[in-house]
Amino acid sequence: MPAPIRLRELIRTIRTARTQAEEREMIQKECAAIRSSFREEDNTYRCRNVAKLLYMHMLGYPAHFGQLECLKLIASQKFTDKRIGYLGAMLLLDERQDVHLLMTNCIKNDLNHSTQYVQGLALCTLGCMGSSEMCRDLAGEVEKLLKTSNSYLRKKAALCAVHVIRKVPELMEMFLPATKNLLNEKNHGVLHTSVVLLTEMCERSPDMLAHFRKVRQLSSSQLVPQLVRILKNLIMSGYSPEHDVSGISDPFLQVRILRLLRILGRNDDDSSEAMNDILAQVATNTETSKNVGNAILYETVLTIMDIKSESGLRVLAINILGRFLLNNDKNIRYVALTSLLKTVQTDHNAVQRHRSTIVDCLKDLDVSIKRRAMELSFALVNGNNVRGMMKELLYFLDSCEPEFKADCASGIFLAAEKYAPSKRWHIDTIMRVLTTAGSYVRDDAVPNLIQLITNSVEMHAYTVQRLYKAILGDYSQQPLVQVASWCIGEYGDLLVSGQCEEEEPIQVTEDEVLDILESVLISNMSASVTRGYALTAIMKLSTRFTCTVNRIKKVVSIYGSSIDVELQQRAVEYNALFKKYDHMRPALLERMPVMEKVTTNGPTEIVQTNGETEPAVLETKPPPSGVQPANQANDLLDLLGGSDITPVIPTAPTSKPASAGGELLDLLGDLNLTGSPVSAPAPQIAQPPFLLDGLVSQPLFNDIAAGIPSITAYNKNGLKIDFTFERSNTNPSVTVITIQASNSTELDMTDFVFQAAVPKTFQLQLLSPSSSVIPAFNSGTITQVIKVLNPQKQQLRMRIKLTYNHKGSAMQDLAEVNNFPPQSWQ
Amino acid sequence: MIKFFLMVNKQGQTRLSRYYEHVEINKRTVLEAEVIKNCLSRSKDQCSFIEYKDFKLVYRQYAALFVVVGIDQTENEMAVYELIHNFVEVLDKYFSRV
Repeated sequence: MPAPIRLRELIRTIRTARTQAEEREMIQKECAAIRSSFREEDNTYRCRNVAKLLYMHMLGYPAHFGQLECLKLIASQKFTDKRIGYLGAMLLLDERQDVHLLMTNCIKNDLNHSTQYVQGLALCTLGCMGSSEMCRDLAGEVEKLLKTSNSYLRKKAALCAVHVIRKVPELMEMFLPATKNLLNEKNHGVLHTSVVLLTEMCERSPDMLAHFRKVRQLSSSQLVPQLVRILKNLIMSGYSPEHDVSGISDPFLQVRILRLLRILGRNDDDSSEAMNDILAQVATNTETSKNVGNAILYETVLTIMDIKSESGLRVLAINILGRFLLNNDKNIRYVALTSLLKTVQTDHNAVQRHRSTIVDCLKDLDVSIKRRAMELSFALVNGNNVRGMMKELLYFLDSCEPEFKADCASGIFLAAEKYAPSKRWHIDTIMRVLTTAGSYVRDDAVPNLIQLITNSVEMHAYTVQRLYKAILGDYSQQPLVQVASWCIGEYGDLLVSGQCEEEEPIQVTEDEVLDILESVLISNMSASVTRGYALTAIMKLSTRFTCTVNRIKKVVSIYGSSIDVELQQRAVEYNALFKKYDHMRPALLERMPVMEKVTTNGPTEIVQTNGETEPAVLETKPPPSGVQPANQANDLLDLLGGSDITPVIPTAPTSKPASAGGELLDLLGDLNLTGSPVSAPAPQIAQPPFLLDGLVSQPLFNDIAAGIPSITAYNKNGLKIDFTFERSNTNPSVTVITIQASNSTELDMTDFVFQAAVPKTFQLQLLSPSSSVIPAFNSGTITQVIKVLNPQKQQLRMRIKLTYNHKGSAMQDLAEVNNFPPQSWQ
Repeated sequence: MIKFFLMVNKQGQTRLSRYYEHVEINKRTVLEAEVIKNCLSRSKDQCSFIEYKDFKLVYRQYAALFVVVGIDQTENEMAVYELIHNFVEVLDKYFSRV
């Protein structure tokens, strides 16, 4: 059999292949030759064959049949064989193959070999692919080698130790004594690998970290000062040809040491103090003209930010980052933006100073830089700069790549919500986002926007006008169309009447409005959800518009046979509304009340305000408009955050609460809508409780007839204050206290103010008093209602403060009320 | 930590690959192809760090050859950039004309 070709030949042949298929053919031919050569147990050419096999493996072809051959090569005595054998072992063998354990003995022998190069090979291989069993067996050998004076071996042994520690963390203690002297070496290779070893130890085990940080007997053996000394030597020493990279002495070692210092100094004051000087020195002395210097400065900045450095040093670090931002090199700017993002939480003010540079980076061509700049800009928006920043961000939204638009839009909404200087500005900003990036806006943004719009009552006319103009031109962006149709449905009357203070009112007729809504319905671009919005809007307009009711009826009846089930259901229900329940239509389609923004800490079973965008489906959803606000009032008081929110005053029609309630009830009970017409209003008495609790005419709380005893809370100087209690039917944690203040002296008490405070676990709400004058001789009283929320059912205590004018002088008194009866809070 | 070290030419042929974490052999070729695609689509004045899946790529172009190193979040990107250059210089010294 002819001698197998050399590796170089093989590479040359493969490169001549013009197609993938040709290459595969060549490789298969060669593989076959190699396999037959292996079968012949040919010692002389084995290493050549394995080398070729490794090359083919690198190109992506399977090479597992070479594994045993690698083992044979390792066992051979020739150095060239061993070299290829170990390389093959590193590439082809790992823990998953069973044969790797056979290597253990070979490696053990080689670790004790007379030639350092063989020892080196064995250390490399062990450090690369050693499994935990192998590491356990051979750790002792490695440790021995870590203590030799041969620097070539020492550095390899250190790296091997890193791998051993990663695989078998329990063996870490074994290497600890050897590390004592590691840093005393002059050889940079050993220094570098020792620092890596120490870093690995400190990262893995907090005990080790504590051990390395603490003060030891001899100050010369403390770790931090040693590192500082080495670093100083590196910076101060002159030109050393062995370690020079573009004028800086061994930057790789410097970076490693800085990283280790960072780990040592994190959360530790003593270590941080020891390194302050050297960090300042590195920061100021390093040359920044080349990338190398910048790499070191970057690591320094990261270290300064992470340890407990003094503020002067931090300012220095941020200034360095600011300088990086102005640099022309993209890499440096990217790195600067990344680090600023990390530090913006802690050093907000310092980063603000560089705001204009960051905003300029938004206009950069590079995608990575733009993304970083966008994230950083959002982190920097605050009340003062929101207008300017928003302008820049909106401009960015216009021109950025689609992958950014969704994130940018969400970010803008969040920032606008937090820092909007005025409602009009907020709505303008939202409009701008919807029109420029409308299709990228996230789905959950639509309900939030709608809620925001309803809240800004005075802006309704302006908003609906602008939205109308926006979709006139283009109704393809779904979120925009959804918000617009909802608003037009709600405020169509404002639109048509042309009363808008903020802008030039436009003349719109009812027909034009219906035209646009109908085209949304018909258009192929509209999603099913959007069509739902549009149909509901048209329906609502039937109560707001006066002359086009017939047209609306026609549209609604057409969709009664639509293929889309959702639309069909709505249309059928609306039809029924027109035909049989026409008297209820105005009540049902009344304007939405102002939705309270529910705090997100509250329990989640509350009636979701966002759900109110679709009030029409009667069967499946809780009863619409008129009933919901009062439900909210109840539920708001349930919320832990309820003390700041005044109960919403329901704006549902007060004209027919009783009958509307009754008929609504019947509708609810009558699932098919084809049932008999509701003639007499059904009695309100025996009803589902949730509905009744919400109706306006009902008192929100019922007393328990067998009442709770009332107490005298205060009785001094002729002023007597009595507390009477009621417990809520619906919510057992709420107690309603009615105070009655009476005056038994012969002169009136004027400007009477009652204030109360309760312990932290309670919430208190004080309603307005009946008057501020207590007439003399007990001839009248002041009544005031206090609501106390006591979710943890703790004993009620209260401190009260009374101020009033009596006999021409101002009186003030503080008292504590402790005699609450147990029934009032249990 | 360095995850992998690749030298790939402009046509997508791998000249050198070294993986420091286990990656299936068939996934390697896919990875290499994607990586080189990302690097080729960058222009000269864009920065050398790309975010790819859950690690970063640091790449450097030498004539028709791309040297790409995949690193994770703990590494200093600029130091790795220097390392690439150092490596190429070493190869240059050792093998004369590279």
